[in-house]
Order: sequence, then C-alpha cells, then structure tokens
Amino acid sequence: MEITVIIVKFALIAIIFGISLLTAMYSTYAERKFASFFQDRIGPDRAGPWGIFQPLADGGKLFFKEEIIPTNANLFLFVLGPSLAMLTACMTSAVIPWGTYLTIFDTQVDLQVADINVGILYVFGVVSLGVYGIMVGGWASNNKFALLGAIRAASQNISYEIAMGLSIIAVVMVTGSLSLKDMAVWQGQNAWMVVYQPLGFLIFLICSFAETNRAPFDLPECETELVGGYHTEYSSMKLGFFLFAEYINMFISSAMLSTLYFGGYTFPFMNDLGLSQNMVSILGLVFLLGKIFFFIFLFMWVRWTIPRFRYDQLMRLGWQVLIPLAIINIVLTGIAITFFGS
Amino acid sequence: MQSLTNRAKPVAPKEMTFMERIYLPAILKGMTVTIKHFFMKKVTIRYPEIKKMFSKTYRGLHVLKKDEQGRERCTACGLCALSCPAEAITMTAAERTPAEKHLYKEEKYAAVYEINMLRCIFCGLCEEACPKEAIFLTSEEIAPANFDRGDFIYGKDKLVEKVHGPQGKVRGGGPLDKNYYHGNAQVTSAFQNLELSNNLKV
Ligand code: SF4
Ligand code: SF4
Repeated sequence: MEITVIIVKFALIAIIFGISLLTAMYSTYAERKFASFFQDRIGPDRAGPWGIFQPLADGGKLFFKEEIIPTNANLFLFVLGPSLAMLTACMTSAVIPWGTYLTIFDTQVDLQVADINVGILYVFGVVSLGVYGIMVGGWASNNKFALLGAIRAASQNISYEIAMGLSIIAVVMVTGSLSLKDMAVWQGQNAWMVVYQPLGFLIFLICSFAETNRAPFDLPECETELVGGYHTEYSSMKLGFFLFAEYINMFISSAMLSTLYFGGYTFPFMNDLGLSQNMVSILGLVFLLGKIFFFIFLFMWVRWTIPRFRYDQLMRLGWQVLIPLAIINIVLTGIAITFFGS
Repeated sequence: MQSLTNRAKPVAPKEMTFMERIYLPAILKGMTVTIKHFFMKKVTIRYPEIKKMFSKTYRGLHVLKKDEQGRERCTACGLCALSCPAEAITMTAAERTPAEKHLYKEEKYAAVYEINMLRCIFCGLCEEACPKEAIFLTSEEIAPANFDRGDFIYGKDKLVEKVHGPQGKVRGGGPLDKNYYHGNAQVTSAFQNLELSNNLKV
C-alpha cells in the first residue's frame, strides 16, 4: 500500500510538472501570438502550421547558443541563480488542488500532491524564495545593471508580498482554513470567493503581476534602463531558465488566482448532474485549466496594454495604496463576519 | 509671445484626481482598446509568398534596356554618369564592329557598364538624363543583401535586360556569376582603372 501511494504521488508530480512545463512552453508561443494580435500583426507563423512548433525552435535555439560566463562572475552562484528560479517556480504547484479524486483500480488518487493544512503559508514561503534566484543570479554576474535589476526585484517583491499576504488573510478569515483544498471545497458549497472579496481579489491580482515581474511591473528587467536587468549577463539555457521560470510563475499565479478567488476546480452543479466521481474530477480539472488559461490571457492582455510604471510610482502604489487598502479589506471582512455570521 | 495661430492651449501642471490616481479606469479603457485590436483584421503581408504591388513610381534596381530587335540601346555617352549625384556609374566605351550589329543599336556601345549599388541613392536622375532611353529604374527586385562589397557593383551581366520570355515577365537582373568579381573576370572592372571621385577636383 505504501509503495502504491509513493508511486501514485510520483506519477502525479511528474504529470503536474509536465503540464506546467508544457503550459509555460506554449505560454511563450501564446505571448508572441497575442502580442502580435494586439498589434494587428499575425505573429510567428513559419515553424509548422500557424507556427505551433515555434517554442521547440526557440528552445532548440537556446540550447545551441554559446554559453558565456563572465570572467569575474562567481561561478557557483551564477549557476545557482537560474536553477533556484526554476526550482521555486516548480515547487508551488505541489499544494494546488487540481481536482477532487480519481478512482483507478479501486485506489483513490487525490489530484493534489500534498494537502498540507498550511498550504497558503507554504505558497508564501516558496514565492518569497523565488526572488532569491533573481537576486543571486543578478549579484553573481558582477554587473551593475544585473545588480540593479536584482535589487529592484527584491524590493519590489518584498513590498508586494505584504499586500498580497494581507489580502489573503481576508480569504482565510472567510473560509476559516489555511488549506487550499478546504478553500476550494468551501467555494464549491458557497459561492466564488471573488463575490465576497472583490477588493481583496483586485489587490491580489495586482500583487501577482508584481510578484511575477510582469508588465506593468517588469522593472527588474527594464530594457530601457537596465539593458536586460538581472539576466543581462546570462546566455544560452541559463537565460532560458530565467525566462521559463517567469512563465511557470505566471501559470502558478493563475492557478492560485483561480483556486483562491474563482472556485478552483469546482464548477456549477458539480454534484447535481449525476456524473460519476471520475467524470466530475476530470471536468473539474478542465474547468480549472480553463480558468488558468483565462488568467494567463489576462496577464498578457495587460502586458500589451499598459506601459511600465516608474519606480517611485511602483513603490507608492505598493506601500501607500495597496497595503492600506488590504488592511481596510481585512477590517471590513471582520465586521461583516461579526454581523452576518460566516 | 504672440502665438501664430489661435490653437495654442495654455498648460499648467495639475494635480491628478482620485480617479486618475487609482489608474484602474484608465487601465480598463486601455484594455478595451487593445482587445478591439485583438480581433481586427491583421495588416501583415506574408512576404515571400505574397508580394505587395509596387507603386507606379517605384524606383527599383536599374535595367539597361534593349530595343525591339534585342539590341542594347546604350551608346555609352556618359550622360547618366555625369548626372548621377552619387557618382555611382562608370563605363568604358567601345566601337561596334560590323559583326556586332545585331548586338548594339549604336556605333558606340558600353563594353563595361557598372553601377555601384552602395553609392546609388535611387534618385532616378540617370533615367532622366539618358537620351537613348536606355536606362530605367524599373526592376521590381528588392535591393539585395550581400556579404561582399564587391557584389554590390552591378555589371552588365546583371543590369542588361534579359530577353523577354513568352509571358514577357523577365525584366532585368539575373543570377550572379560568382567568379566575376573575384579575379576570374573576363572584363576588368572600370573602377580599377578610373581615378574616381576622390581625385576629382571640381
Ligand atoms: S539613380 Fe541616381 S544615384 Fe542611382 S545611379 Fe541613377 S543617378 Fe546615380
Ligand atoms: S545609359 Fe543612357 S545616358 Fe547612360 S551612357 Fe547609356 S545612353 Fe548614355
């Protein structure tokens, strides 16, 4: 029995890992396609029909590029940076509930790698680790632009993590649990969290843009000022890891947004349609992926709409607007819970 | 200062209103604009497969024309070279022998005729200057890219109009003879013999 559990878990990890990588790969393609659609172009269309093999071509190109490591770079840290970025990007997916459970050969398979009861805290821990990859990489490359980019990334992530955490506290107050699975179940029984927490959702959304270093908060890799930002000195697949980590982060952020505020794998009438449990689980997974893809689209939509914030605007927004708003949100939630029950 | 038109608007730094300071309305407005473009007709032309029509006044690469009997029209008068503001054209004249009557229209012809496409600014003055209607900038080839500067000096092999095919489509240009500019040339380049622009005291 023990062995089966371990095998099943490993299989699940492999599948989720594969899905994350595949999504990240095709996010790069989608990003380029959507970018061109937003700009009245058609985007990459040479590699395969509609250019669908473009990510493979890009990946192959990155693999075969010359690898340059600056003479004065700290080699160990220089390699550690992108690895860390990639590792932390992949770690978060462990606690996201992808569905209820499947029954395969009389074995119940939970569609969640680890249902730890402090799931949210785990996510926060890993997310805040994520900035180390950028910091270490930026510092190790021994280049002022890379260092500036890394500093920006660090300060930006620290600032926005506070508002993000505060906005989630309100969610925790409503559901009364720190486990992501409980949150999804709670939303299945009641309604989507975004109905109860519109303000919290908005804050969380803005913060996830900042946490993933996406436009309009992509100051760490701001080309106009910092050449390439923290990955100025990186080339070949190490650069690929940094870029890839960004897309995985985007995928995970979208998954978190869907799970926390849009019901996760739950969908309307999921228990009233008389479907078999396996069917419900698979449908739930499909719905979750649908929500995730919508959010990925939103990330790109915003990126190709809004210009980059100035650094002081970024800081003012984080500290003077979002954090007070998040605190107000907590207080309002508390008052609502006290007066209207949970 | 007196303004020349009455359209000038005085500007003053103004405080942003609350709605402007929270950015969100403006962002939503921007997003509606971009999503409209998402579904708009794309303007891209898939180039090598689909080509855009050239305008009637398009000045492309030069073509040295032949007359209706297939004889070269150019008489090596040098007026094009003289009128060229970029001094891109050089030529060497030669006298036509009786045996060459079917090749050249006039008694004198250009044995070597070269245009340095790196110098040419495609102004079309050579075309206007030519008394024999021999040179036109009508080739619809896109100006090429090359690894070698020598390849930009276009000789008669590339400039003289090819005999028209049945569809009348072949106009100028043609594949480059790789050996021509690398020492194996049959005809020496006119640029080698001429002390060109640098030494010319005007
Ligand atoms: S187009 Fe103008 S620049 Fe070019 S060869 Fe003719 S006259 Fe000279
Ligand atoms: S192309 Fe025309 S202008 Fe130039 S040398 Fe020939 S005949 Fe004269």
